[in-house]
Amino acid sequence: MLNYIFKRLLYGLITVWFIASATFVAMHSVPGNPLANDKAMNPEIRKNLEAKYGLDKPLHQQYFIYLGNMLQGDFGISFTQQNRSVNSIIKEHFPVSALLGIFAIFFATAGGIAFGALAALYKNRWPDYVLVVFVVLCISIPGFVFAAMFQLLLVKLNQYLGYSILPIAGWGSVWHLLVPSLILGLGTMAYLTRLMRSSLLEIEKSAYIKTAQAKGLTKRQIFFKHQLRNAVLPLVTVLGPAIAAITTGGFVVELVFAIPGLGRYFVEAVHQMDYTLIMGTTVFYGTFLVLMVLLVDILYGFVDPRIRVVKS
Amino acid sequence: MTKKLDDIVKHNICKTIFFVVFVLMTSTAFAKALDVESKTVTIALTAEPPDLNSLRATDQISFFVIEHVMDGLLAYDEQGVLIPALAKKWQLDESGVTFYLRENALWSDGKAVTAHDFVFAWRTVLKPETASRYAFILAPIKNAEKITAGELDSDSLGVEALDEFTLRVRFERPCPYFLSLTTFPTYFPVREDFYNNQGEKYFSDIKNMIFNGPYVLSKWVHGASLRFEKNPNYWNKENIKINVINVPYITADPNVTFNLFRNNEIVLAALDTDTIKFALQERMLIKKFILGAVFYVEFNHRQNHISANKNFRKAVQHVFDPEELVNKVIGLPGNKVAYSIFPTWLEGEKEKFYKEHPPLKIKKDTALAKSYLEKARQELKLEKIPPIVLLTGDSQIANKEAEYFQAMLKETLGLEIKIDKQIFKQRLAKMSAGEFDMVLAGWGPDYNDPSTFGDLHYSKNATNHGKYNNAQYDFWVRHAMNNTEVSERMKAFSEMQKIIFEDAVLLPKFERGIVYVQNPQLKGVTRRIFGGDPSFRYAYIEEAEK
Repeated sequence: MLNYIFKRLLYGLITVWFIASATFVAMHSVPGNPLANDKAMNPEIRKNLEAKYGLDKPLHQQYFIYLGNMLQGDFGISFTQQNRSVNSIIKEHFPVSALLGIFAIFFATAGGIAFGALAALYKNRWPDYVLVVFVVLCISIPGFVFAAMFQLLLVKLNQYLGYSILPIAGWGSVWHLLVPSLILGLGTMAYLTRLMRSSLLEIEKSAYIKTAQAKGLTKRQIFFKHQLRNAVLPLVTVLGPAIAAITTGGFVVELVFAIPGLGRYFVEAVHQMDYTLIMGTTVFYGTFLVLMVLLVDILYGFVDPRIRVVKS
Repeated sequence: MTKKLDDIVKHNICKTIFFVVFVLMTSTAFAKALDVESKTVTIALTAEPPDLNSLRATDQISFFVIEHVMDGLLAYDEQGVLIPALAKKWQLDESGVTFYLRENALWSDGKAVTAHDFVFAWRTVLKPETASRYAFILAPIKNAEKITAGELDSDSLGVEALDEFTLRVRFERPCPYFLSLTTFPTYFPVREDFYNNQGEKYFSDIKNMIFNGPYVLSKWVHGASLRFEKNPNYWNKENIKINVINVPYITADPNVTFNLFRNNEIVLAALDTDTIKFALQERMLIKKFILGAVFYVEFNHRQNHISANKNFRKAVQHVFDPEELVNKVIGLPGNKVAYSIFPTWLEGEKEKFYKEHPPLKIKKDTALAKSYLEKARQELKLEKIPPIVLLTGDSQIANKEAEYFQAMLKETLGLEIKIDKQIFKQRLAKMSAGEFDMVLAGWGPDYNDPSTFGDLHYSKNATNHGKYNNAQYDFWVRHAMNNTEVSERMKAFSEMQKIIFEDAVLLPKFERGIVYVQNPQLKGVTRRIFGGDPSFRYAYIEEAEK
């Protein structure tokens, strides 16, 4: 097992190195200059700025300096926020995205399991149909539409009530979290609902359910003890990438609800060609994703003995 | 066994969740737009201030913050007139200016603001290692440009502290608008001992800041919120009526700010084409403000481009009607049709520049335009004019504009227009590389003098993207630069305006304005073209009528 983890970590390291190098090359091949602005600089000022960011050195030298610093865990100073290091930007804003993501995952799994179970229980009856429509809507409507819609609804609700029942944007209390995380989790929730429904229905036909029925257990007991528990297993597989996607992909929701998450910085960095911030966030997210996938693979071995790594 | 384990896990998860929820719930309540008792106003910012270090700041958001926490030598009052700030009086002549500082101005740690703080700040701005983008704005001071270029040491800058409270500035060349420059954040004082103690961290967080303005920044959660509180050490604190400016929201989405305004959570919200409809429906009072920037179509004057041909440019000039573009196509109230690169707010000799020197206007004339185009075709020895590249940004409005030009030029002149849509930095790269025939461009002024617009098409100016090169034009730029006589300078700007029109150097489109809504109980908020906007220095809350 340790051997396996070590090997996977090594692969992960190579993946991250590849991500870093590919990003570096892509970033420097895109036309445009991170120092360019509406106001063109006179050559002296430009020269001074280039020297400050090391852009005056040849590209391959910049690459090795960059890799060297990265190995020491230093991503450098942001181009757009000149007195903040990329490290401090990640450190300050990732927890925000993560908290939002945890809540979203919570909503997504709780909702996904509940709705999936409901749909399976009422298979081909009206609750199932309603849920199918709901699922299709949640998967096909992009998050920013939901975000804008919910916010407008909240405004109208608050106006109607005459006081703020929930804040419509901002950050600072748990109330600020509720609506954005719900919206962020909707897509995953819909996906999990589908998965849960089909996995429940598949299990319904299996032998051990028949045994349980033959034993004379009630429908309720069978459902909760045997069906539900076993049906949740496949969900674990998608949860890893889903966690990574949700904690990193909240850009639009973060924007609409004015939440200071890392997603916003990530996207802005690309627009602004903020070299150091692009590299920092990409490598960070890449590492995060690699670790999440690894974690799920290991966890899955514990959950399901059939896919445990064995010594060959 | 498993049951017990389950219980423990459940219990711990519950405890953690409960704890997190508890912490979050107790932290803050939701904001309220106005609080009469504590004299607090709540606003939203469109972005996190990127750099609050006054030596390096370049953007509007940072300027907004700096405006409220710092004072310069002079300042603008509510009407935009220059008034004394840290300098109580001054003497300006051709060779330089002497400022006499007030002696009761203090930093937030209680020490006095002295002439030395200015000397240190200005020298530091110009040092090559500071790499300040706005170093050029100090160019009128003796030796400034040579210091930026690394040719001279910063000690040789033409500024000196004659005593604690007297500052003498020597000019490189006469600079009649120097006083207005001192309101610009790059000219603000910096305390040497404090700056050296903080090093690279100077103004990166509230613990690394020191203030001399009406407010102190008491809270700054990056990307999330800021809070300004009245500075008890401020020399003019009696005249500051708002005690707290609270910024709990940072969002660039105009829908969000408008929703926050509707929900009575903030006092100001800018409107766009969508939100203005709701504001009208809900009968809100809509305010307007001209931002100062001028937008125009710039031609590429490099020899290998068709746009370098004067007759071609004249042809386009004679079919373009800015009124149609601004009112029918863009349709955003607030924008003002422009006929000149010199905007209407610029002061002339006795009244506004545009009144003393009204710009010439084109009467749309397709037949004349066609004859110009025919002349251009013959001069260029072309069978047919090849497709013209129109470079543009990726905003909604840029889209609309580009499509308007494409359709209009096709219809009137039969020209084929290729729209080259690029995101911000790529568009800039293509602009400086000259990869365009026409580009949708704009310019925001740096200081309150027509030269900030006139200099744009000086042949040696780095922002002259089209590389316009005209000896006559350069002559008038230098004439304005080397003259202190107001009438002579205005004559020079008027001549530049004429050349730009005659030569169809560019096609003015509009002066950018914004429309916004403001809480009716809040008065005295100043909107300004220069320095931090909006300014709450003169704001006050009107008690609601009972």
